[in-house]
Amino acid sequence: MGMTVVEKILARAAGQASVKVGDVVEPKVDLAMSHENAALVINQFQEVFQGTGIEPKIWDPSKIAIIFDHRVPAESPKTATNHKKIRDFVKANGITKFHDVRGDVGGICHQILPEYGYVRPGFVVVGTDSHTTSHGALGAFSFGVGATEMASAWSLGIAVNIEVPATIKVVVKGEFPPMVGPKDLILNLIGELTAQGANFKVLEFHGETIRKMSTSGRIAICNMSVEAGATSGIVPGDEETIRYLREEADVTDVITCVTPDADATYVRTVEIDVSALAPQIACPHMVDNVKPIEQVLGTRIQQIVIGSCTNGRLDDLADAAAILRGQKVAEGTRMLVFPASSKIFAQALDKGYIHDFMRAGAVVMNYGCGPCLGVHEGALGDGESALSTTNRNFKGRMGNPTGFVYLCSPVVAAASAITGVITDPRKGA
Amino acid sequence: MPKVIIKLEHDISTDEIYPGRFMATVLPTETPQFAFFDRTEFNAQLKAKAFPAGSIIVGGENFGCGSSREQACSTLKGHEVAVVAKSISRIFLQNSINLGLQVVICPGIEASEGDELEITADHVVNHTTGKTFEQVKLPAARKGIMDAGGLISYTRARLVAKHT
Repeated sequence: MGMTVVEKILARAAGQASVKVGDVVEPKVDLAMSHENAALVINQFQEVFQGTGIEPKIWDPSKIAIIFDHRVPAESPKTATNHKKIRDFVKANGITKFHDVRGDVGGICHQILPEYGYVRPGFVVVGTDSHTTSHGALGAFSFGVGATEMASAWSLGIAVNIEVPATIKVVVKGEFPPMVGPKDLILNLIGELTAQGANFKVLEFHGETIRKMSTSGRIAICNMSVEAGATSGIVPGDEETIRYLREEADVTDVITCVTPDADATYVRTVEIDVSALAPQIACPHMVDNVKPIEQVLGTRIQQIVIGSCTNGRLDDLADAAAILRGQKVAEGTRMLVFPASSKIFAQALDKGYIHDFMRAGAVVMNYGCGPCLGVHEGALGDGESALSTTNRNFKGRMGNPTGFVYLCSPVVAAASAITGVITDPRKGA
Repeated sequence: MPKVIIKLEHDISTDEIYPGRFMATVLPTETPQFAFFDRTEFNAQLKAKAFPAGSIIVGGENFGCGSSREQACSTLKGHEVAVVAKSISRIFLQNSINLGLQVVICPGIEASEGDELEITADHVVNHTTGKTFEQVKLPAARKGIMDAGGLISYTRARLVAKHT
């Protein structure tokens, strides 16, 4: 019987000829990523070894990636001390895929992994972050785990007791209309599937629209697959995957793409035609509360946010800058822009996008998770509303339980910054 | 008999269980103070140890959705409560099993605050209403971890076996 992409990846990583849904496997881990919560992973890792007489040793330091992004630069002595503790551990354990708080190689973890070619098609990637689903964009089986599960992977080099997940096939056809793109597609899909519609399942993306989509767009859709509950989103590796890794991540070694068998079994197939899709908005306080923009036009917005692991890449900034160029952010509305990595920041600077944002009145911040989870900067005032290109709008998400967060694409965010209310970017475009 | 101490709606995210602004606090010994922090009254009751061990939080669909932050489990584990929900989001469920937080998936659960619930091997019995509800079994793949009392001791045993 044929296998899906994830089944093939798991079979290879578990050293088996084949696997099927429900099998329990223990795949070897190709990459294990953590951010600041490595502080907890280190604690749990040391606890695993306690009383065993065995020296605490990571199974393979070359397969660990640690990236500071959730609170950079540190907002408190506590965070700074966590950073310090992790830095010491990284040095003592010979971890080389480490990205400190830096203006050259720093970035959000889900941008750094693709940017530095750490992820390849066919990899098993675990990360102590739910948006680890992002790396399915490069044809890897990539999923979020807790800190203790990561400590277990650091100790044993495997993901213990993984149940082979069922796969939902998502076939996307049609050409995006102007001002509509991957973010609108994934928001629409989450609305259709609901926030738990893909719980314990994989979303495997196919169709002409996906084949033509850039890796940046694929990262956005895989990133948000977890908002439908998915274990992972995945785009089977193809020519674009190889182009991205060769040209943008400077990968020179052999790249082998994994594709599903023609007779693979899917638990469900969802077909979407994007040719008539409108810009989509996820309304408070759930990511599956998705409406076409027409239904929320005119909603007053106090804070516009462009950035994050979902939509803080160069193409996102280019699209937003094109709308804001020569315009002004509305009075009573503040706009925050945070590129997903230092590299993207520098590229946006070279291309003049940063100037466009600043002249319009936006505040451009360093990379990081920043306002997305409201722990660091960009918190909302009581009762305020944000329109954001990030990935979550749960109650309290942007640092204030009385705030409201609407999610959208970069072009919707940019058009709305000028008016101060939710605005259709197709009008006057 | 354990009582329901709070009944929650659908889609309770880990941001509600453990707000992001406390994420720099990681140790299981320190996280309990921030449980459901923005539900001020409930947080105060938890901190005041108003509920005996084994007390039950009843959730709706998709309990624990969102972030993978393990603090959302350790914070509840610290208060020795159990969670009975109609469905549970994947990462939260895995984290709960890994840390030994008692979670029960019970799609039909009907219970109000103050009801007395009994969690049996396969069912949840509401002794206040007299109704019995079936549990969905936790993933079989995780049985070894549950039997070991959590992922730390499970991994430790595997590690020792590897070295002998």
